[in-house]
Amino acid sequence: MDLRRFAIGVLILALVSGPLVTAALGQSRAAFVPLLVYRTGPYAPSGIPIANGFVDYFTLVNERDGGVNGVKIAWEECETQYDTKQGVECYERLKGKSGGAVVVNPYSTGITYQLIPKAAVDNIPVFSMGYGMTAAADGRWFPWVFNFPTTYWSQASAVIRYIGQQEGGLEKLKGKKIAHIFHNSPYGKEANPTLEDLASKYGFELTLLAVDHPGQEQKSTWLQVRRLSPDWIFMSGWGVMNQVAIKEAAAIGFKMDRFIGNWWSASDADVVPAGDGAKGYKGATFHAPGTNFKVHQDIFRVLYDKGKGAGKKEAVGEVLYNRGIVNAMFTVEAIRTAMAKFGNKAPTGEQLRWGFENLNLTDKRLDELGMKGFTHPVKVTCEDHEGNGPVLFEQWDGKKWTIVSDWIAPMRDVVRPKLEAAAVEEGKKLGYTQRDCSKEK
Amino acid sequence: MGALGAVLAPFAEMAASPLFLAEVLIGGVAAGLLYALVALGFVLIFKASGVFNFAQGVMVLFAALTLVGLMDRGVPALLALALTIAVMILLAFAIERVVLRPLVNQAPIILFMATIGLTFFLEGFGEMVWGANVKRLDVGIPDTSFKVAGLLVNRLELAAALTAAVLVTVLAIFFQKTRIGRALRAVADDHEAALSIGIPLKTIWVVVWSVSGLVALAAGIMWGAKSGVQFSLSLIALKALPVLILGGFTSVPGAIVGGIMIGIGEKVAEVYWGPLVGGAIENWFAYVMALGFLLVRPQGLFGERIIERV
Amino acid sequence: MIYREAGQFKSTYASDQAIFPIPQDRVFVLLVAAVALLVPAVASEYWLQAVLIPVLVYAMAAIGLDLLTGYAGQLSLGTGGFMAVGAYSAFKLTTAFPDVNIIVVFLASGLVASAVGIVFGIPSLRIKGFYLAVATLAAQFFLVWLFNKVAWFVNYAPSGTITAPPRSVLGVMVTGPEATPGARYLVALILVAVFALAAKNLVRGRVGRTWMAIRDRDIAAEIIGVRPLSAKLSAFAVSSFYCGVAGAELVFLYLGSAETLAFDIQLSFLVLFMVIIGGLGSILGSFLGAAFILLLPIFLTNAPHAVGLKLPVALAKQLELMAFGALIVFFLIVEPHGLARLWQISKEKLRLWPFPH
Repeated sequence: MDLRRFAIGVLILALVSGPLVTAALGQSRAAFVPLLVYRTGPYAPSGIPIANGFVDYFTLVNERDGGVNGVKIAWEECETQYDTKQGVECYERLKGKSGGAVVVNPYSTGITYQLIPKAAVDNIPVFSMGYGMTAAADGRWFPWVFNFPTTYWSQASAVIRYIGQQEGGLEKLKGKKIAHIFHNSPYGKEANPTLEDLASKYGFELTLLAVDHPGQEQKSTWLQVRRLSPDWIFMSGWGVMNQVAIKEAAAIGFKMDRFIGNWWSASDADVVPAGDGAKGYKGATFHAPGTNFKVHQDIFRVLYDKGKGAGKKEAVGEVLYNRGIVNAMFTVEAIRTAMAKFGNKAPTGEQLRWGFENLNLTDKRLDELGMKGFTHPVKVTCEDHEGNGPVLFEQWDGKKWTIVSDWIAPMRDVVRPKLEAAAVEEGKKLGYTQRDCSKEK
Repeated sequence: MGALGAVLAPFAEMAASPLFLAEVLIGGVAAGLLYALVALGFVLIFKASGVFNFAQGVMVLFAALTLVGLMDRGVPALLALALTIAVMILLAFAIERVVLRPLVNQAPIILFMATIGLTFFLEGFGEMVWGANVKRLDVGIPDTSFKVAGLLVNRLELAAALTAAVLVTVLAIFFQKTRIGRALRAVADDHEAALSIGIPLKTIWVVVWSVSGLVALAAGIMWGAKSGVQFSLSLIALKALPVLILGGFTSVPGAIVGGIMIGIGEKVAEVYWGPLVGGAIENWFAYVMALGFLLVRPQGLFGERIIERV
Repeated sequence: MIYREAGQFKSTYASDQAIFPIPQDRVFVLLVAAVALLVPAVASEYWLQAVLIPVLVYAMAAIGLDLLTGYAGQLSLGTGGFMAVGAYSAFKLTTAFPDVNIIVVFLASGLVASAVGIVFGIPSLRIKGFYLAVATLAAQFFLVWLFNKVAWFVNYAPSGTITAPPRSVLGVMVTGPEATPGARYLVALILVAVFALAAKNLVRGRVGRTWMAIRDRDIAAEIIGVRPLSAKLSAFAVSSFYCGVAGAELVFLYLGSAETLAFDIQLSFLVLFMVIIGGLGSILGSFLGAAFILLLPIFLTNAPHAVGLKLPVALAKQLELMAFGALIVFFLIVEPHGLARLWQISKEKLRLWPFPH
């Protein structure tokens, strides 16, 4: 009987006190960034390096520079396990904390779609760097959402341009067979319309192969690849789908240097299980891998040598770790841009939105940050929240990723009109109106 | 007429390139055997204790994580294997003591729910101890293919197929010929009658959960070698469910036959009919196929006939 | 002392058969209702958005599954699929007929889900037990695949997701980004209260009794004249109706937008857990189970903060999972018939209070 009473007591306590214990911190001078991470669960191998990159860069800015113009960055990690509901719960819990969140990086397409409508109501900009809703790149319809330096549709067009380069010119693509293996979700399907347009424009034969979530077993897909014998394969995968795909490609003896993964399918975790079989596998990216940059040396010197690093020292320079650094860097520079206009204090969400929208990251500034050659200069404008960034291609040599191409520009003439049409549709669904950028100059 | 033609066209395709069809069938058998390995664990536990072990998928993951975790820390492969087997046996003891014994007479659905609690626990525990990163599992067999009579055969899958065959044979002998096997079958038949003739229920349960744990380890090794050892391994259990329906929840040979049938059915459907409807039909096709068989034989092909008394 | 029936005599059949026959019960329920209605005035946005609204939405789904599994004995794992049907049909209906009241749209989407449920319930006439559960998975996977594949369901949106358009009821915005959490909470509350009452009456009546007869001894039931076809299919129909409305609520009142991944197998399992933990065959149990499954993880996430423990998020999440699993096993050992039975026992104890027995 005591056990039962105890059980009832625990139950009531749990049900009642759970949400009550969300403490709220007082106002502080720091700029607060909630970090939605996934360090556990099915996507942890990808989520851990990204989270560490973020934390390391923010710590670096606080320790090495004393913050941004004296204002420190404060953050709090919240585990979402890449689950939309947990992501929404994290957002709701943290958005008002420490004086209010100034920006949110959802790091999941599902969570991004949830937060986009809330952004305008809560006045917190959503920075979905290279993922999320591509149509949000039209800032006239989505003033609160940013996805620079480049989007999925631009990436698809850049991939085709790269393949064209490798084949000796875009005209040589006629008659070639290109397969797109994609995760059977809205994320995976993003590139399809663009690829179909380019297929009819350049005359290559496009085959679309969907892989059902989670993609643990892909025998039938790769049997079809064997039957098709495509010249090139492009993959929009995520999680275990990537690892299995690379293994299967190696198992059937596909030429790995003709297999290109998008920027969420070409990271260190993805090539680990395949071992030597993954040699030659290529990936798209918008920043360099590795640690050959001054910013990494600073991270080692200021953080890891003093035991303040977020993760393991060997993991610094991984593809997704650098992704986290780039994301954090863009955030910090946007804060700096906002401060230049609104003064040296922690910006409000509205002010940071302006900061993002007027971000102009030049080569010179990248050099100052110790990131010369690490990523491409980017200029965000009111109409263009994409920055129309170019894409780099990297290749795995069995031990590390190296860059094997120049910056490849996307085909803006193909992508932008479709993007604008999509923005109208998605914006109208949410009841938005198009704003006039010239009025805001 | 056009639709009918479209549906029948793949048959012509099959006839046109029989070599490719053979490869699809081989691929189906290979995949099916891998499903069957996971399904075997379910069957063992259901057969002997009437519990549908939702945690089987997580046990596969946990076993693989333990093995890889030990090997990564420098333990030599055979010793790591032995230690992992010991861990799975210990786990069986713990489960019997903590979960099964207190719930001994409850309805099957309550035990099912308890295994769900066990799933969450093992998920968190496994990740906490061994970390959430993807780990490479090298079983010494390269994941490459060689040609046999013009067909591409994968070495790793061949090894998995042989493992499954060996396991099934061993288990079949175990159940039919050994004393403990007979005791297991007695317990599966009627708990109370088995108790009344002196069969120790607790020991039987520990044995059956241990054997299931070993089967999970085998499945974990095979699947982990194919995709790296990571959380998604636990989702394999879902792929094994159609195998269970088709083969019957209580039959060891049923798991294998069911696995092969589901594997072949899935692959053939996906490769030949999938492109007609945009692909990715494998998942639900496997279930629909199993459902079709169930309508003819409601207890699965090899399952025990359910005798109901009014 | 307080909770006694002494002195209360029923003089009509109606008063004897009431759901809450004792005035004390009625007062208690009215108090709960009053508190529930007044909550938006005092609760923070986080409470409403992340805690209360999901509990109400999932409670609706749990009631649906409870009717099917707890009362009719048909184990079903297709809940996610039926909720998806409700959500997508609500989306199509409201975008096609924007002037129709959103509540009517919810009910219509429930009817669509009902029809789909009848179709996928047909195997239950031949298959039983865990086999049926796995067979309903066919429904789950097929429906999710269908909504993924056929772009018509998302109105050909490039994003592949459905978004709740702004709609209002009685002049108050209840869906879309402008709707306040309080308004959405009230809609969810009223819907679930009405439908819970309907479910309670359904299970007390003839239909419910045929379900329970099928659940307990289906061959004997058939012999005495209960028709299995109509009983089982009606169970699927009503259950899918509830799940469909819950699915529509999930997208329109809680999430705001969704892709098919929100309705996958994990959702089916989640609702099943709620029903089992709450107590099979109990309407109150559905509410308690939904609250338990949703609130416990939030409590476990925040507990370390409350006692001042700063754990790294990964470790905290893993401990949370372990604690969640352990607590499920613990509660099942303590009370295998679920939380509803715990509630019943406490009421019985209250009848004797302050005497121990």
